Amino acid sequence: MPAASHREDADLTTAKRTTTSSVASTTKSTTTRSKSTPKKTKGAEATTQLDSQLLDFYREMLFIRRFEERCARSYTQALIGGYCHLNLGEEAAVVGLMSALEPTDYLFTNYREHGYAIARNIDPKAIMAELYGRVDGVSKGWGGSMHLFDLDHRLLGGYGIVGGQLPLATGAALAIDYHRQSEVVMCTMGDGTTNIGAFHESLNIAQLWKLPIVYVIINNFLGMGTTVERSSAEPHLYKRAAAYQMPSAVVDGTDAVAVLEAARVAVASARSGQPYLLEVTCHRLRGHSVVDPAKYRSAQEVEELTHFDPIQLLADQLISRQLSDAASLEALNTAVLARIEEIAAFAEASAHPDVSTLFDYTYASPVVNDSRRLPGQALFDETGAAR
Amino acid sequence: MTLMSYRQAIHDTLRSEMLRDENVMLLGEEIGVFEGSYKITAGLLAEFGDKRVRDTPIAEEGFTGVAIGAAMLGLRPVVEIMTINFSLIAIDQIVNHAAKIYGMFGGQAKVPLVIRTPGGGGQQLGATHSQNIELYYAFVPGLKVVAPSTPADAKALMLAAIRDDDPVLFLENLALYNTKGEVPAHDEPAVIGKAKITREGSHLTLIGYSRMAYVAKKIADQLADSEHLDIEVIDLCSLRPLDRETIVNSVKKTHAAVMLEDDWLTYGIGAEIAATISDGAFDYLDAPVRRVAMAEVPMPYAKSLESAAMPSEHDVIQAIYQTLDAIGHRRSKTSPHD
Ligand SMILES: Cc1ncc(C[n+]2csc(CCOP(=O)(O)OP(=O)(O)O)c2C)c(N)n1
Ligand SMILES: [Mg+2]
Repeated sequence: MPAASHREDADLTTAKRTTTSSVASTTKSTTTRSKSTPKKTKGAEATTQLDSQLLDFYREMLFIRRFEERCARSYTQALIGGYCHLNLGEEAAVVGLMSALEPTDYLFTNYREHGYAIARNIDPKAIMAELYGRVDGVSKGWGGSMHLFDLDHRLLGGYGIVGGQLPLATGAALAIDYHRQSEVVMCTMGDGTTNIGAFHESLNIAQLWKLPIVYVIINNFLGMGTTVERSSAEPHLYKRAAAYQMPSAVVDGTDAVAVLEAARVAVASARSGQPYLLEVTCHRLRGHSVVDPAKYRSAQEVEELTHFDPIQLLADQLISRQLSDAASLEALNTAVLARIEEIAAFAEASAHPDVSTLFDYTYASPVVNDSRRLPGQALFDETGAAR
Repeated sequence: MTLMSYRQAIHDTLRSEMLRDENVMLLGEEIGVFEGSYKITAGLLAEFGDKRVRDTPIAEEGFTGVAIGAAMLGLRPVVEIMTINFSLIAIDQIVNHAAKIYGMFGGQAKVPLVIRTPGGGGQQLGATHSQNIELYYAFVPGLKVVAPSTPADAKALMLAAIRDDDPVLFLENLALYNTKGEVPAHDEPAVIGKAKITREGSHLTLIGYSRMAYVAKKIADQLADSEHLDIEVIDLCSLRPLDRETIVNSVKKTHAAVMLEDDWLTYGIGAEIAATISDGAFDYLDAPVRRVAMAEVPMPYAKSLESAAMPSEHDVIQAIYQTLDAIGHRRSKTSPHD
């Protein structure tokens, strides 16, 4: 693999789309291959496409990894406020899932969503600026880390209430069905989210009405600090779909190619009007959010996590398949880090929203007698007009 | 103008809006085959089909959220929540999602949604089925809450709510469904956020919304006849936004106010009205603002207790007289109500 130039890396996300669509036939012709070590016996063309896809996945996953690490740093520097949940350890799941979607498909997700926004091709500068609470953020600084949203890229949130996005995503699928359009909705959630009522109400409604939606459980085996075993009476989460006669599957989320293939099946099902539940297993490499030291994990457990690091696994694969070497990967890393620095600098230079805009986003339509009163002000001004 | 019931006015408006705009659709429990618990949606499934009139499972959180998500993608759903009591199951979707989506994402997505739901009391439905908790929603920036008291206002506010690009909670009332009034034939949406002076007067301002606006008007008319009292009546029509100026301007004229409400008094809607008057008309007040509200108990089933818990016309008249006494207003000593 050639050392990635700065510019190549800047084009990372644009390159992905092309690769994704060009590889579609490859995946079909190699559906029987084993998950993590694709054989080179399926013909040269298919191999080349797979090779280039692995490299693309690696670039994108590494970008997400470095972006998230930078977020952690900016958070401890108090440049990012609130809560900050990272996709560390989930990068393969993120890129595999997002590669299965068309640009016109919709994504609803939760608060652990920076990687998804990146993989949806949203400008990482606008993502970082949102985390910094600045005007150039995707939501102009109104949402923060948990509430990324970009209509153009069909990321319809970023939701901080566990399970909140499920009914909404189901409703978006209803609107698509109502207008007889061909898009699908993907709705991701964590393992802990399968225990909230909204999960069950949504799956039931989607199956009853045959809505074009894929529900994805990112099973990182932990709620905040509560394991699946301690919270879920049926710990094989994909099996919960059986209660709604919905097809489902589970896939190894440390393997981006396997995730992509499984997601393609799920998305095709949804597009044909049969909703689908996909469980993707992976491991959260750090705490629940940046501030969580994760003391509930044993030293041995933490030690074992290194075996589940999808980036390390993919790097090993690239080297063993001679698609790259240590020096090239290091060069890529250096380029990514430089790009991340630029992004962080952009975010820091972006302006804080002006206080005069405080009342601009409460309602979408003009409102008579809306309250525009700042905390210390009296209800009525000197002229007797209400604030 | 046509004389029709409050129920009929809502039904007819839903129907005409569905004819006008393909994207208007209805969702809720038992609204289709069963034609609605209170028959507001009677006949609409037969006329529009099950794509536009969707019976949902008993899943208030689920179907309310579904309507919000559908609204984000351009539909204009009108959700029926059977009674406002059951909206508590959906409150996360209403408060944490419908009310937040426009602002939280910096204005990128609108939620043109109407949630219709009746409040009530007085029907011996007991503690869980007799609450008036519109306050929970009126408290929340990002939501609009309207509460018509007449068939004409029900039509005008429903037109406005459906055509509005924000989530609107449309408060109905079990006791009003069969009340009748003249309804204009033409479609003229109300302005959400405006109160209405339904009777002009100078002796005192009587304020209410939903059923209590109806009661206020009725009592003011009655006291005008029997006591020659000249009471001004304000129907709030909208709880959020709140038309504070109409309230305060009226009190500046009358120098006294009595607030009528079917919710609990402590922290209730009337508390906000009293605070508004205190802020905006302090120097004009000749008597404390008086509130007539529900007794602070879980609503009992037994008729004797239920009646005692709810504001009666007698309670309202007493509050009016006591307020007039406090400001030294002379009235007929022969009042039958004393
Ligand atoms: C309704 C609700 N309850 C509790 C919380 C606090 N909370 C935030 S994340 C979380 C754990 C969720 O676990 P999971 O669904 O597995 O997602 P993960 O964080 O592992 O990605 C909890 C309890 C919340 N945000 N919303
Ligand atoms: Mg989890």
